[in-house]
Amino acid sequence: MFGRSKRASTPLAVKIVISGGFGVGKTTFVGAISEIEPLVTEADLTEVSVGIDDLTGVDGKTTTTVALDFGRITLDDSLWLYLFGTPGQDRFAFLWDDLVDGALGAVVLVDTRRIEDCFASLDYFEEHGTPLLLAVNRFEHTRRFELDEVREALGVGVEVPIVECDARDRESVKRVLVELVEQVLAKRLSRVALPQ
Amino acid sequence: MSEPGPRLPDPRMIPPMREAVAVPSAQQPTAGNDAEQDPSDAALADATLVRPFLVTGGRTRPLRDGLRIETMVSALPAALSAPLRFELRRIVELCQSPHSVAEVAVRLEVPLGVVRVLIADLVSSGYVTCTESAEIPIDVIERIRDRVRAL
Repeated sequence: MFGRSKRASTPLAVKIVISGGFGVGKTTFVGAISEIEPLVTEADLTEVSVGIDDLTGVDGKTTTTVALDFGRITLDDSLWLYLFGTPGQDRFAFLWDDLVDGALGAVVLVDTRRIEDCFASLDYFEEHGTPLLLAVNRFEHTRRFELDEVREALGVGVEVPIVECDARDRESVKRVLVELVEQVLAKRLSRVALPQ
Repeated sequence: MSEPGPRLPDPRMIPPMREAVAVPSAQQPTAGNDAEQDPSDAALADATLVRPFLVTGGRTRPLRDGLRIETMVSALPAALSAPLRFELRRIVELCQSPHSVAEVAVRLEVPLGVVRVLIADLVSSGYVTCTESAEIPIDVIERIRDRVRAL
């Protein structure tokens, strides 16, 4: 498609989608590992303003703002990893397809106090066959649930890995990402192993 | 009764890219105003007054598909001397070092749909090149895993 594109200086970019309900720590997660400040545009405002902002009279606003929330990691000279947070509001639903198209996989962050908030993300990724991993973000002073309990509450099978994480902690975020990539690899290798 | 100032253009009508030179001095924020209105909010408000697909001549479909948000865009140095209009020139300048489609959208403060049309135009005219949107090979996935682990 872009046949003239093979310039040695242009790195390959791969993206991972970071999803979950409002306030679950997506931007924190991205910020913990990104080498650029997470570029948050309107996502912040819109998530907070659900049901508060009167959007009448600002028609067209959704089409004039960028509404992206992402960070970047240079893995090496020729390989960059982008982490894209999903926008939280229905009016940015059109962005989801762009975010997920070609994504390596998705991390769905879970807050055990509002477990239902991640259902929309789960449904979307399962529907699109996106490899995904559930990461229960540990908030301080909250009751700790067994991961199996969380899995049961979410109604996901054992094929979906579930881990605990601290979105503020770089090492924890790294572990989540490595776990997701392992999951993607396992999926891909099993596909390769299938007889044609 | 306070003296009305000179009639100034509505600042919201000034395109965001030109705000630095175009905002009249009477509109300069004072210390008091700073607290009330963040300049980036003002820029955001300005941006809403520009019809987004104006710069694409009304076209909403890129000339080519395959431009994902993470697709990397590189401009050829020769493109700097090409007679390009404002937005295209900015892309060519920005992409002298590779930038993703998403980063270009953020830096130009235009929606993804618009930036895709503009970048596809530049690809068609040979001023920029883009990475392929192919399936990620297994060895690259392994490399991602190892590199993330080593961060």
